[in-house]
Amino acid sequence: MAIIEQPAPVGAPELPAPATPTRTFGALRRPVATTGWKSWLFTVDHKKLGLMYGAMAMFFFIVGGIEAVLIRMQLAAPNGKVLSADVYNQMFTMHATTMVFLFVMPMAAAFANYFIPLQIGARDVAFPRINAFGFWCVLAGGIVVNLSWFLGGAADGGWFMYAPNSGPVFSPSHGVDFWALGLQIAGIASLTGAINLIVTVLNMRAPGMSLMKMPVFTWLITVVQFLLLFAVPVITVALFLLSFQRNFGATFFDVSAGADPLLWQHLFWIFGHPEVYILILPSFGIISEVLPVFAKKPLFGYPFVVFSGAAIGFVGWGVWAHHMFASGLGPVSVAVFSIATMAIAIPTGVKIVNWTMTLWGGKLKFTAAMHFAVGLIILFTIGGLSGVTHSVAPSDTQQTDTYYIVAHFHYVLFGGAIFGLFSGFYYWWPKMFGKQLNEKLGKANFWFMVIGMNMTFGPMHILGLQGQPRRMYVWTEARAGEGFFNLGFWNRIASLGSLILSFGVLLFLINVWKTARSKERAPLDPWDARTLEWMTASPPKEHNFDAIPTVHHLDEFFHRKYAQDPVTHEMTQVATAEDILREQEANADAHIHMPSPSYWPILLAAGLPFVALGLIYSIPVAIVGGLIIVLSMFGWALEPSTAPESDFDPPASGDGTKELAPLG
Amino acid sequence: MADTALHHDTSHGHSSTGLSNNKLGMWLFLGSECLLFGGLISTYMLYRGRVGTGPRPGNVYDIPFTSVSSFVLLMSSLTMVLAVAAAQKRDDRGTNLWLVVTALLGSTFVGGQVYEFTAMYHEGLGFTTSLFGSSFYTLTGFHGVHVTLGVIMLLSVVAMNRKNEISGNKSEVVELVGLYWHFVDIVWIIIFTLVYLIPA
Repeated sequence: MAIIEQPAPVGAPELPAPATPTRTFGALRRPVATTGWKSWLFTVDHKKLGLMYGAMAMFFFIVGGIEAVLIRMQLAAPNGKVLSADVYNQMFTMHATTMVFLFVMPMAAAFANYFIPLQIGARDVAFPRINAFGFWCVLAGGIVVNLSWFLGGAADGGWFMYAPNSGPVFSPSHGVDFWALGLQIAGIASLTGAINLIVTVLNMRAPGMSLMKMPVFTWLITVVQFLLLFAVPVITVALFLLSFQRNFGATFFDVSAGADPLLWQHLFWIFGHPEVYILILPSFGIISEVLPVFAKKPLFGYPFVVFSGAAIGFVGWGVWAHHMFASGLGPVSVAVFSIATMAIAIPTGVKIVNWTMTLWGGKLKFTAAMHFAVGLIILFTIGGLSGVTHSVAPSDTQQTDTYYIVAHFHYVLFGGAIFGLFSGFYYWWPKMFGKQLNEKLGKANFWFMVIGMNMTFGPMHILGLQGQPRRMYVWTEARAGEGFFNLGFWNRIASLGSLILSFGVLLFLINVWKTARSKERAPLDPWDARTLEWMTASPPKEHNFDAIPTVHHLDEFFHRKYAQDPVTHEMTQVATAEDILREQEANADAHIHMPSPSYWPILLAAGLPFVALGLIYSIPVAIVGGLIIVLSMFGWALEPSTAPESDFDPPASGDGTKELAPLG
Repeated sequence: MADTALHHDTSHGHSSTGLSNNKLGMWLFLGSECLLFGGLISTYMLYRGRVGTGPRPGNVYDIPFTSVSSFVLLMSSLTMVLAVAAAQKRDDRGTNLWLVVTALLGSTFVGGQVYEFTAMYHEGLGFTTSLFGSSFYTLTGFHGVHVTLGVIMLLSVVAMNRKNEISGNKSEVVELVGLYWHFVDIVWIIIFTLVYLIPA
């Protein structure tokens, strides 16, 4: 990895520019490795961090998936013996926690990190070191949460950790402590990431790219970052109160001491409902990129998609209490939140209509990415409709805490969020790695996943309406009922479905492995794409663009490739991606200063787990962690984000030296 | 081409919003902090009447004392403004002087809070005495930690300024610390009003 690059044409040998740090900042000299593991550990490059986010999230997806399969195996037969009641509680708690906080959120962050600077024509994010710090925080948080498996048992209060289940009486192990502190650490990443990406999008767009010329993915990710910015501090408060209760003897959620049991529920869901949109909107953004490309049409009603996304972002703050209809809020609150919940279906429905109209009359090309995108529209609509049935409060009080709820949120989260992410894998793989995932395997991957997911979660509607409780760890033949409504039959189907679903995911991993081994290069623009990220090499050069493009249109890249024929009014191709890239290389900026690698982000993040473990076991360890944090902060503050010119050998000189982010 | 590069060189304020990355980032962070204190204040408001067998709010608050320490904290905002003004005039001595004065005023406030906590503890209000006690100490404690971190930031800026080690735009760094400092002050005005002045 070259810290400073003079753009070279494609094919020319890439020589890393050697750098010699002359000054010590804090205790350490700047890292200079341009290859090998050190170049990853200390990198601040948004693309490398994006890949690291992705790899980490994929690992936790597999962990969470194994937890899910164990849950289904326990319920596959009457009197299941796979898990004890206690381990079962830990399993579903950690399954949800892992999937929400350690898979879907970091995977969305992976795409956001990698593609937002590329989509807006920037060379990196606004605060590259904070970006690196964020990644190491999620990793540290994930490790802390999962360490509890090996240190006396994981959290077991359900992912929303209601009191009194979260209290020491019902959860005597350290699991909930690990959970609360681990999520606190991961929350730091969400907060810093949100600030970073909002500043990047608002301040660093290529010339000419007005807000309404931004790609939809960038738009919806921006909405998500605002949600995170305001939702994360609320869960931070809730987690602090929980930790104070468990560790310092406070009684915030202890009803016997006069506390209000609804306080936790309100705090959790004021965070938790925006969180739902934090999970789904990135996937909405991904398929809003994929559908137009494979329909060969611009997105139908771009402003509607953008503004309905923003509307979801606003209304998403006014619906949290629909998670609490059964808690006795009183008729006025229930009515208000019930109506607000029905209202939020409208901007969501607008999107479904826009996607469908994008497909209407298009020259559809059913690639694997397109399969997943269309799958999202259909499956999310099913999940959305069952969601509307929850908004009717009397009906919801029947469904609360049954498998019907489980069915609903898996249709929107698996069928929605995860299908969108898979669509993104197949669509952007050639951009990220210069190689294309196998389409045939990809389609097999899709069909196994879609059949498996409907078999797993479809029967849960029936189970739930029959009254099977959400966290029941065992069922017996004697109470399973008969005929079509036999709970045993549908539980078996669901468990079988989970295996088919897992096989689908396995096919994806095989596809990744095969693609990594294959030598075949993907074309520069394999899908005939429309947005700026395709206007550079695959994988992109470290500085993204040799020359920053000036934007004139929404779908700028498409408009550079196609022009309207004056006679026939047909869009005809006037340039190829290769032509456009060559032209850019010919006009390359002279010296491009990229932010330099740094030790401090990883060191700062490394102090956090020590603080967490210290708070649980022994305060001196926490003090050591605190010292690491303080020292790293000072090292960070003293080190400029871009190394001085004299550090480079040969020193960069002459006109046209470009700096990126001067601080941060 | 020079133009496209300038567009990305945000150190001179040529960004799409006209705000530098750092300043915009600080504003966003403070926006997030509003929700943090929002959650803590809501918890306190919910629990301030739940005193159990412990002392009531009216019995432990020493409003004249806290008014004085609040006044000290408010005055530190004034000296912070003077520090920013000096930094913008590239007056290093003035900047350092006013930053140190601001830090001293902030420390006085924190010292007052420590005294207040100790007095309350001796009057029988511990952290675990009642829900009122827990939520009071949590809310004001979080604010006190914010002020303390602010004091450390102020002194760090002074130390780095003296050695000329501030990377980037110096007056902006002072201004950013100032934004944080004023925010912490404003939050205290809200806390002082809701917690101390309005009777439970």
